[in-house]
Amino acid sequence: MTEVKSLVTITVNGRSLEAATGELVIEAAERAGHYVPRFCYHPRMEPVGMCRMCLVEVDGPRGATLQPACYIKVHDGMTVVTDSEKVKKAQDGVLEFLLANHPLDCPVCDKGGECPLQDQTLAHGSGETRFVEEKRHFVKPIEIGELVLLDRERCIQCARCTRFSAEVSGDTEIAFSGRGDQMEVAPSPTEPFDSTFSGNTVQICPVGALTAKPYRFTARPWDLEQVESTCTTCAVGCRVAVQSSGNRLTRVLGVDSEPVNHGWLCDKGRFTLDSIDGNEESLDPLRASTRLREPLVRLNGVLVPTTWGEALARAATMLQDAASTPNGVGAIGGAALTNEGAFAWERFVRGVLASDHLDAQYGDGLDGALLQSLPKATIDEAANARVVVTLTGDLREELPVLFLRLRENFIKRGNALVEFTFASSGLHPLATVSLPVRPGEAHLVAEALTRSEGHLLKGSNVTEAELHETRQLLGESGEGVVFIVGRPNFAEDAGVIEGALRVLAERFTSATFLPALRRSNVMGALDMGLSPKLRPGRAYVDDEGRSTLQQLDALRTGEQKAVLLLGCLLGNVLDVEGASAALRDAVVVVVSGHGGKTLEYADVVLPAAVQHERHGTVTNIEGRVTAVTAKIVAPGSAWSDVAIASELAEECGQSLGLSSEVQCAKIIEESVGYPALSVMNDVSDEGAVVGRTRDRVERRPLDPMAFPGIRSTNTAGLAEFSGAVAEESVTVSPSPASATLSALAVGRGVEVPAFDAYSLVLNISRRLYDHGVAVQGSPALANLIATSTANLNHFDLDRLGLSTGDVVEVSSPTATLNLAVALSDQTPRGTINVAFASLDESGDDVASRTLVDPKSAITQVRLETT
Amino acid sequence: MATLVAPRIVTARTGYDDSYTLARFLATGGYEGLRKALTMFPEDVALEVDEASLLGRGGAGFPAGRKWSMLRKSPVSYLVVNGDESEPATFKDHLLLERDPNGIVEGIIISAYALQVNQVFFFVRGEFALGLERVQHAVNDAYEHGALGSKIFGSDFSLDIVVHPGAGAYICGDETALLEALEGKRGFPRIKPPFFPAVSGLYGEPTVVNNVETMANIPWIVLNGGEAFAALGAGRSKGTRLFALAGRVKNPGVYEVEMVKNTFRDLIYDPALGGGLLDGHTIKAFIPGGVSAPWFGPDLLDTPLGQDEVGEKGSMLGSGSVVVFDDTTCVVRAAWRITKFFARESCGQCTPCREGSGWIERVLYRMEHGGGRVEDLALMLDLCDNIAPGGGWPPQQTTICPLGPSIPSSVTGAISMFRSEFIRHVEGGGCPFD
Repeated sequence: MTEVKSLVTITVNGRSLEAATGELVIEAAERAGHYVPRFCYHPRMEPVGMCRMCLVEVDGPRGATLQPACYIKVHDGMTVVTDSEKVKKAQDGVLEFLLANHPLDCPVCDKGGECPLQDQTLAHGSGETRFVEEKRHFVKPIEIGELVLLDRERCIQCARCTRFSAEVSGDTEIAFSGRGDQMEVAPSPTEPFDSTFSGNTVQICPVGALTAKPYRFTARPWDLEQVESTCTTCAVGCRVAVQSSGNRLTRVLGVDSEPVNHGWLCDKGRFTLDSIDGNEESLDPLRASTRLREPLVRLNGVLVPTTWGEALARAATMLQDAASTPNGVGAIGGAALTNEGAFAWERFVRGVLASDHLDAQYGDGLDGALLQSLPKATIDEAANARVVVTLTGDLREELPVLFLRLRENFIKRGNALVEFTFASSGLHPLATVSLPVRPGEAHLVAEALTRSEGHLLKGSNVTEAELHETRQLLGESGEGVVFIVGRPNFAEDAGVIEGALRVLAERFTSATFLPALRRSNVMGALDMGLSPKLRPGRAYVDDEGRSTLQQLDALRTGEQKAVLLLGCLLGNVLDVEGASAALRDAVVVVVSGHGGKTLEYADVVLPAAVQHERHGTVTNIEGRVTAVTAKIVAPGSAWSDVAIASELAEECGQSLGLSSEVQCAKIIEESVGYPALSVMNDVSDEGAVVGRTRDRVERRPLDPMAFPGIRSTNTAGLAEFSGAVAEESVTVSPSPASATLSALAVGRGVEVPAFDAYSLVLNISRRLYDHGVAVQGSPALANLIATSTANLNHFDLDRLGLSTGDVVEVSSPTATLNLAVALSDQTPRGTINVAFASLDESGDDVASRTLVDPKSAITQVRLETT
Repeated sequence: MATLVAPRIVTARTGYDDSYTLARFLATGGYEGLRKALTMFPEDVALEVDEASLLGRGGAGFPAGRKWSMLRKSPVSYLVVNGDESEPATFKDHLLLERDPNGIVEGIIISAYALQVNQVFFFVRGEFALGLERVQHAVNDAYEHGALGSKIFGSDFSLDIVVHPGAGAYICGDETALLEALEGKRGFPRIKPPFFPAVSGLYGEPTVVNNVETMANIPWIVLNGGEAFAALGAGRSKGTRLFALAGRVKNPGVYEVEMVKNTFRDLIYDPALGGGLLDGHTIKAFIPGGVSAPWFGPDLLDTPLGQDEVGEKGSMLGSGSVVVFDDTTCVVRAAWRITKFFARESCGQCTPCREGSGWIERVLYRMEHGGGRVEDLALMLDLCDNIAPGGGWPPQQTTICPLGPSIPSSVTGAISMFRSEFIRHVEGGGCPFD
């Protein structure tokens, strides 16, 4: 964003200063050191001028008059006074009015101690009240959604929450109703406030009117300690302030990071804390909500606790035994690790076990080498792009804050969205062109776009007019176009999207790409070489390493004897039965922070630290490396992955030379030039984008009025640890270069069986609240888990004589199950959509996955009424 | 004695029992102004209105011709007519809507022609059930008669009018709140700048918003010329104007009188108009321009009925409502009742208006019911000062729209003019008029 703005000169309190044309008086004055008090103003939303706290004197044709600094823009020669008697009286008057009906129940209010109203009153208030009347009364907190409570008596009607919902997230479940001092924020009478982003309204509320159920009454602000970190619940990489009371996580708040999240978070990232430290009573290692506290080994068929020494010895022996047979061992997983953890395991698998069989993805991603060969876009570039083209699942569900950033691009800047529509999506209503693409068709539609006209397979829903309009938007070379590419359908061979990706990249050479892979640090794991085709530093190797699906095949045939699982497997794969069969007779060593059904097959289990318990760096979808910081100590005797990998290597008689996370980051940076150590050491909180000159973004000073609850963002990451770097030298072989698109074989053709226009083809897509670890372990989110329904377009419903709620028998080549039907008009005709890891009536999250035919590029299903 | 020689411009046909019918309308010169206008260039129609110096009749008194000319540079997209008359004791548009809806519609069509607008939204207060029915009827009749729709009276000009009932909020009389409501949103006045809907109005398009009575004047101006209109009245206030006279007078009602040539005394006491106070009572004070306006004492009865003439004395002609208080009127109760109205109708956006109106209302209620304290007077004056700093006229404001600064008008007026009556409430432990 290199917007050139002309400057004007204004006078604030007698001193002249330069301001950018169009700058708000409140901002210009603050830059010059004259802070103007405010409540409703928020730098990330349009001003509304409601609270009137920011009144200042501005010279105009009628002399100096009181004007709200939050929406008056500067003009040349403007004279502003922020500290006159008149200004002070007006501001004090507003404050007194705000307090008139405020209940002043600060001692029992969660906001007490970090409350903008309390702080301003302390700074400017009179100390005595002149209001002797009966205050306004409302029923005390009402539950307006699954996670949010509203106390209307405390509300000061600043419209931050309603504005956030209407303007930023596009939700309509809360709005003002009533008039005068009886005006209240009112929930929709029919729709609960279950927005994916509801927690943001709580964070920006300048009083204690909105409170979040999980945090309510759990702590006082002054008891909290904070670190700044990066959320790894998904791969957007939102900057967060993580707060704990002692060793108990209490709260996560969004930090105003200019390139990434603008202070916003999704509710999953914000409220998943209990999955980390909230299930102390849970000891069953087969439950996903259980935190693993001590190493376990299988004795007489049962997992029993043991010492680290015993567990490491057993694991080392087993893995080395398997490694003695060619291709006998491999590793699966690692997308939830830090870069340092991923690097350490990569060193272990390639260096110690001498295996190239390692893959951080579960067959649900895209080819890492292909992604790394594409010209990249940043989130900011996508959020400002002339045209955005999405070939992904629903971003609101998969990468929620990316959805917010993109939404702003279409709403505020009016830029265009071309959506490959695979199923329902939050961005769909904003699409300039929606191409209704059926499973197995995306590469053909992409190819059609590269031609000047025509060429679509028969029976496609996409019309020539839609193709034409898209071609117009893409232009000759794709200049100003950002493609956002993920996996919209797990029941479809990755080759379909990879094929589309290749076709588009070869044709639109000026376009850039933003990967939309969802799983926390999957980009970092690929960058660190947890991929059969990649070495650390995105280096391409054309050797014979097996992907996850290939390893599972090899384990089933017995060709591969052992597998090292970096995280639980069965919750993540589509073919649960096939994966279970693969593990049943294999040697299985699991390194994980959480339990799960996978542990049924484990021979050794090594407990690991998870997010908010470990230091290091992570890499988000755009390749931005940022620091993560431990806030609490991992439970029991769980270790960090770097420590586990290092100790296991020692047990195997070799040294990784990685004595700490910092040492590990140092080696990553020195050996492959990947900005790990520099990010850990530098106070620049926005990190660095791999392969780009580090663009130091000066963070605006923390405004506690805009971001109440966040103490200070000037933490130095891990700088305090860097002095302890041990001077060890480790030799890493020089990296080959990263792949070029033309050198890769991937995406050069996939065989899609023919389907007729009347058949239904399966689409399995992600929902935010699936039955994964983050949600299972967080009781607050449990009621939001998606239920399994068969989602169909109304054309198909009509054709089949079905209506919402009808239960149908869905049959695929692999399974038959009963599902209730739901209307989903964004799902293209001929497609049937089912959510991944959603729960059916019996609480089972696997059944819907069994429909997928792993042997075919797409899965066709039949529906029969029961 | 009142000067009653001026023609009746907007109430010419309101005396007929069937004044609202198309038949009576056509029999009394209906659509003649429109037919004449369609023979003129649109700019010339606008020029006539400009020459008439017609001040907008909605309350702010902005010259209608100037409002139109601000828009000549770029095409206007919409004309919006404000029929959301909702202030207590203001009922002049009410009369026109019920008694001469066709005349308003004719004025609208001519104005739309002058502005070359093809779409009009007519926002009528929802509670005016009869008025709404008759306005809609008049619009339907106009379509049937060829005065609306495509190619009006065979000309190249086409126009549609949509009648939109308000949902019961006084604040929607503010033109920007009205536009929000028309757009289907909550009726919140918009922040300024942009200062005028002419710049960015309905759906962000250049929009002219005019009052019902303003529209009703247009046919006469076109037929008789702007000059003839400007010959009536004096100073900046030309033509005639409707006054809704209420309170303790013999003949409350709506009167059309020539501006400036008549005074408040004429309006209140002339036997042909208000007819004086009820027998045996004397005037105590009066509100010259609706409950938003500062009060006048009997010493200002001879103030001419002119915009500037009233403005110079520290109040306004405003909505054209004149309310008369006599010796039986409790000023505390009157101020409370007016403040209660504003407290109920404050849209809730700006803190000083939202909280200030409710606070002052509660203090006045307490005082009226025996709980008053002497210090409440200073408190209320200071709260008023925090809503409209300085206490001058026109008021300075701390709020987005003028509803906030309307609150102090009656409160500070009552306290400064009748301080002793407030003290009697305090000392006597209640209202001495009970």
